Amino acid sequence: MQTLFIIGPIVFAVFLAFHKVQLLGTASFEFVGFDNFARMAHDTRAKIALWNTVKYVVIVVPCQTVLALVLAATLNAGLKGEKFFRIVYFLPTLTSSAVLTLIFMWMYNQNGFINHVLEAVGLPTYNWLGDPDVALNAIMIMNIWSTAPYFMVIYLAALQDIPDSLYEAAELDGANAWQKFWHITVPYLRPVTSFVVIMGLIGTFQLFDQSYIFSAGSGGPNNSTLTVVLLIYQYAFKTLGTMGYAAALAFALAIVILVATMLQRKLSKEESLY
Amino acid sequence: MRKKTRIGKALLYAVLVIYAVITLIPFLWALSSSFKTLEEMVSGTISLIPNHFTLENYKQIFVEQELFPRWLLNSVVIAVVVTVLNLLFNSMAGYALARLQFPGRKPLFLIILAVLMVPAQVTMIPNYLILKQLGWLNSYQGMIVPTMINATFIFMMRQFFINFPRELEEAAELDGLGRFGTFFRIVLPLARPALAAQAIFVFMGSWNDFMRPLIILSDPQLFTLPLGLNSFKGQYISYWNYIMAASMVFTLPVLIIHAFFNRYFIKGISFTGGK
Repeated sequence: MQTLFIIGPIVFAVFLAFHKVQLLGTASFEFVGFDNFARMAHDTRAKIALWNTVKYVVIVVPCQTVLALVLAATLNAGLKGEKFFRIVYFLPTLTSSAVLTLIFMWMYNQNGFINHVLEAVGLPTYNWLGDPDVALNAIMIMNIWSTAPYFMVIYLAALQDIPDSLYEAAELDGANAWQKFWHITVPYLRPVTSFVVIMGLIGTFQLFDQSYIFSAGSGGPNNSTLTVVLLIYQYAFKTLGTMGYAAALAFALAIVILVATMLQRKLSKEESLY
Repeated sequence: MRKKTRIGKALLYAVLVIYAVITLIPFLWALSSSFKTLEEMVSGTISLIPNHFTLENYKQIFVEQELFPRWLLNSVVIAVVVTVLNLLFNSMAGYALARLQFPGRKPLFLIILAVLMVPAQVTMIPNYLILKQLGWLNSYQGMIVPTMINATFIFMMRQFFINFPRELEEAAELDGLGRFGTFFRIVLPLARPALAAQAIFVFMGSWNDFMRPLIILSDPQLFTLPLGLNSFKGQYISYWNYIMAASMVFTLPVLIIHAFFNRYFIKGISFTGGK
């Protein structure tokens, strides 16, 4: 079973990436060499999708990581009611992406909740869903909000392993709360942070559900929420004769993710030298 | 314990409370919207308490969309079957990798580790073509069979069984239990926390999955809830009162599960979280 549905498809995926696929009647495959890969260079929508995805990754991963760490450290401070807050914070992680996206679309409405709050505190309001300049930001805000708690739990587990004696020693040296956080907690958690960032990279590069529901599958307005995976979906299942090209794009995405995670590993290793 | 100043404590509480509000507001807003009339919703007032409390939206979604209970049933059937099969196969595979000596064990384990790295999009298209070839598009088995094992959890179970005390199994064997007897009667019952964590993740993954049903299912009769919700939104594009009510119906079961099994969630994440 493992072979049929996991290994098989991977081999099949490589095969597809080098073929032109027709699905009318019986499936036909025509070998086209590297044509599918060459085509990417001239595909403006692919470039837009890659740009959107990279922008999304570069903003969302650091934000959700920092937020997760700050929340975990605050929760771990030994206050009463910690359990209650932990349960509340975890809610977005449990809720399906489809439901969350719909709730946020309703809140992002031009005459909706978020604009009303912004107006009340004197900030500018936006056409969150319809303006190409802000639509992707709307998805970013929503996803930072919904994924940070998941990583917070990972940080919480690791925080419990930090020996109290470290903090006590720092207190004797007269360190304040911020210094303790910055010089003990953060360095101690570096391996966990590395894990959280890698998981974050893998997750964010695969953004699909939210973009799809936001734009009803189009990636609009004006391609502003088009992500690589949404583009792959469109080429594979919505236009005829481009399935092989979609497989090539998926293959390219896998390589981009691999390179990004390796880069992260390299960077975090160099960091630990200091 | 570390000493804490009053101001510091107040500051920490302020952070906790503010973030709790930020987390809860979308849910409360959606919940309150689901009890409002459409006129009140679009009038642009922001009040969490409905002016005219109504249950009409909840009644209407079941009237307007007669497939709603069917979607609920599809989601439940698929998620439950997938969870049961995953528990069985992943723990057996994990146990075999941890304990049994058989030719090809090492390469097999390396393959599973490699599979962990491959993003789902790479296998999405080939998987579709295989299911099409088998005639399994638009079927329960098309949704269930490809997801009935999971490399992540095989790996997790292997790590769990490797640290499992061998003496217990040896004692069971002395008492005359065979391999399967030992596994099902001794090992599995003791692996309950790991199984519970796994069950929750697999169930949630299947229950909330959007992309796979989107690709495999095109017959509205077979839609799962996330997909149904999306098509519902397409039909009732500006009827936000219905959409919010439908979203709430869909979210409730998961919140109930969470209320009961909350500690396993936390355990499960630290399990998968590189520990």
